[in-house]
This record gives sequence, C-alpha cells and structure tokens, in this order.
Amino acid sequence: MQTFDLATRGLRELNQTLHALRGTTNETAWEIVNAKGSHAIAVGVDAPLDITVRGSTGYYCAGMNKQATIRIDGNAGPGVAENMMSGRVIIEGDASQYAGATGRGGLLVIKGNASSRCGISMKGIDIVVHGSIGHMSAFMAQSGNMVVLGDAGDALGDSLYEARLFVRGSVKSLGADCIEKEMRPAHLAMLAELLERGEASHKAKPEEFRRYGSARKLYTFNVDNAAAY
Amino acid sequence: MCGIVGLFLKDKTLEPQLGALLAEMLVTMTDRGPDSAGIAIYGGADDGIAKITVQSVQPDVDFASLAADLGAAIGATVSLRRKSSHAVLEMPMNQLEAARAALSALRPDVKVMSAGDNLEIYKEVGLPKDVASRFEIAQMSGTHGIGHTRMATESAVTTMGAHPFSTGPDQCLVHNGSLSNHNSLRRTLVREGMTFETQNDSEVAAAYLTHKMKEGANLGEAMEASLSDLDGFFTFVVGTKDGFGVVRDPIACKPAVMAETDQYVAFGSEYRAMVNLPGIETARVWEPEPATVYFWNH
Repeated sequence: MQTFDLATRGLRELNQTLHALRGTTNETAWEIVNAKGSHAIAVGVDAPLDITVRGSTGYYCAGMNKQATIRIDGNAGPGVAENMMSGRVIIEGDASQYAGATGRGGLLVIKGNASSRCGISMKGIDIVVHGSIGHMSAFMAQSGNMVVLGDAGDALGDSLYEARLFVRGSVKSLGADCIEKEMRPAHLAMLAELLERGEASHKAKPEEFRRYGSARKLYTFNVDNAAAY
Repeated sequence: MCGIVGLFLKDKTLEPQLGALLAEMLVTMTDRGPDSAGIAIYGGADDGIAKITVQSVQPDVDFASLAADLGAAIGATVSLRRKSSHAVLEMPMNQLEAARAALSALRPDVKVMSAGDNLEIYKEVGLPKDVASRFEIAQMSGTHGIGHTRMATESAVTTMGAHPFSTGPDQCLVHNGSLSNHNSLRRTLVREGMTFETQNDSEVAAAYLTHKMKEGANLGEAMEASLSDLDGFFTFVVGTKDGFGVVRDPIACKPAVMAETDQYVAFGSEYRAMVNLPGIETARVWEPEPATVYFWNH
C-alpha cells in the first residue's frame, strides 16, 4: 500500500505520480490522505490501480478514469467520474451535481444520494445510486444504465436517447420524451447483475424497480413533432 | 463564479473565534472570486448602541473630525473606530436615523456599508487575503457572519459593487449567480421607495428582501417570495440581526454545501471552505435543495 499525503505533496505531484504508472506496475494499492475537498484528485488515471481517497473531494475527482478502482471515503463534489472510460468509482457518501456526466464506460457507485444532473449525457457508463437523485438526471443520456434505489427528482431522462433508467422509488416528474416501459425478464437479469456489481444486492431486489426509457419521438426528427422542438 | 461563506454559531464559546474561522473560509474561496471580497459580522450585544460602518476613498480627510462633527450635528456622543478605508461610528440607537441623515449632509462622498444594532460590513477590491488582513477580520468576535469573494459579471469591480450588500438595518446578502430581471425589479422597488447605490443585480436582491421584511414578512417568508419574483441564477446567503438564511434557485447550478454540528451551521460554495472548522469530520454535511428556504434564528 502506497500512501500519498496531499497536504504535503500537493495535487500536481499526485496526478503525475498516478499517470506515471501507466503500463505494468506492482504498486497497485494507493491511499490518498488529506483530500480536504481538493479539486481534480486522481483525474486521468489509466492503470489497473486500487485507490482509496480518505475524506471528501472537490470538483472532478476520478474524471476520465480508465481501468482503476477509485473509492472515495467521504462525499464527492461536482463532476465526480466525469467522462469515465472504464474501471470503477465508488463513493461512500453523497455526490454533488453531474456525477458521472458524459461517462463512456465503467461503473459509478454512489452509496448516498446524488444531486442534480446525475448521469447527464451518459454514453455507456453504468451508474448505481443507493439513495436518491436530483432533478434533470440522465438528461440526454445516450447509452448505459442508471439504477436508483431511492427516488428521482424532476424531469428524469429529459430528451433521452437509449440509456436505460431503473428507479425503485418515486419519480417526481419525467422529462420530455421519457416514458415508463415494460420490465422484461432480460431487464430483471441485467438489474440483478448491476445491483450485485453496485454493492447493492442486499438492499434491493430487481422486481422492486420500474424501468424508464425513451419514447423515441423527440430525437428521431419527425415533422409531426416539429412544434415540440 | 464567486464564492460564498457563512457561519452561524450556536455555541457561545466559539464567538471569539468567529472572525478567524470566517476569514479562513473566505480566503479558501479566493479561486472562485479574486476581484474583491467582503465580510459581514454580527458582533455586538443588545446594548442600545447603534453602529454605522462607513467607507471612504480619502479616509484621512473624511474621518479626521467626523465623530465630533456628527456628534455636534445630532447632539449626542459619537465614537469612531477606523479600520483602513472603513470606520465604525457608534451612537445611541435612537439617534441612528438622525446620524444617517446628518452623515450624508456632512460627508456626501462617504459611503454607508451597513447600519444597525450590531452589523459591521467591510468590503474592498483586491484578493480576499488582503481584504481580510486589512480589516483585521481574524480578530473579530461575533455571533454569525457571511462573506463573499467576487468574480464580477454584472457590474464594475468597485468597492460598492463588492458583496455583502446591506439595504436595511442589520440586513445583508451575498449572491453567487446572476439575475435576469433585476432592472425591472429595481424600477418597481424604486417606486416603492427603496434607494440603490449601484447598478448591481445582487443589490436588487438585497433590497427586495428588505422591502418584503419592511412589509412584515420574516426572513423565511421574504426568501420564499424571492423564488417567485426573482429570475435568474442564484444562491443567496442572507444575514439578519439574529438570523441566517440560505436559498437557491430551482435550477441550482450554483454550488452550495452546508454543514451542521451542535456548535454551528456553516455554508460554503465548496466543501473545502469548511475543512478546518472544528468537528467538521463528524458534522452533518449536505447540499441545500433547489428552491428550498433554509433559515436559522438565535
């Protein structure tokens, strides 16, 4: 286990150190201490590392992650795991705005609540939120899966493309072109697997969720809908 | 951008440290607003003494005989405590209005930052750390306070354009965001008798709340009404003599984090503003919900 003290060595050295581990390394276990809400912690990692951040983080922690497992032992600030490519990001506390935004792959697990715009424009990432999510979540979400054990705020899935949304609790309102869809056996199997990977299978069962998706009326331009654009 | 901080103490033993805690929070938010900074501290007790915080671009000239001149004008004892470009004038509470009127006649170029029972406001252009040390904020004690670091978008980088804005006795407001209907709202408020010092959108928000409270609303009701009447982006932190409030617009894209312990309620634009508060590790930390009013009273 390598321990990196942000208070004494600073952010630039941290990210340079982690970036230098691209390729083969035996130094796979890292602990980052004194996070203290700093921005851009462990951004752009591209190696199969196991990183634990002690404390809460500021903007953009674990952004653009590839391969690594990054655990945040606290709350995460805005834009956590933004544009993640692969790997896993696991947050023990809450996440601020636009968690997992534009994520292309990998798994984001938020054990507390996520605030507004969670998974906005997601493009293949899987997001599992143990708590609730705020308004405008999954806005223009293109692909990937979002699983919410709690409730969803206003305008869920507005202008949705082909991402799949599973919510166990209430949905305050659905956004434009987002509708409830039938939960088929294939979806239940997928949910079971997502809950397992999202460390949530002890908290919820697939049958308790409802599925939401795109009505496909908005993004495929149809002249009959012109007034709605 | 802009950075906001606020600290409302529940534990009296922390009161001597209010200025030090708030100044550190303010300086941490420098990246969000390096243009100018300001801080409002609620300090004094209910002692029948009123305070007017004033600012001058030529303090040596304006403040030289101000206490004596003002005292003679209102027929009461006035004291003056100068801090750099600002000074705090103290006089009997029942002479506050007379003192304000006399002040604008005696020193028309001196600006009033705040007036009331126990509020002092210090604000200037420059880096937050310089503003904090210039006004010796870290040495101040008090019950609650708010601060602001400014990255200007809506009006010029001047002392009067800095936050906090005070538009009523012991009232002040800091704002992160930008309002889109401030010009029409300002015209309405002017017709209702409110006066304005700047073209700044945030001053309109402060005056709006003052106006609502003049009409009888409490702080919470005034902030609730702002959600329907103000258009634009905002996170506001508001102070009154004994209260402290927070409200965000329904879109809530301007960041806000709060922390509460048995000792205090704290506000920061970012969590890192609060990392050195006592007991923050075990505090309840949350983001205020959009379009939801939060307020605390002593």
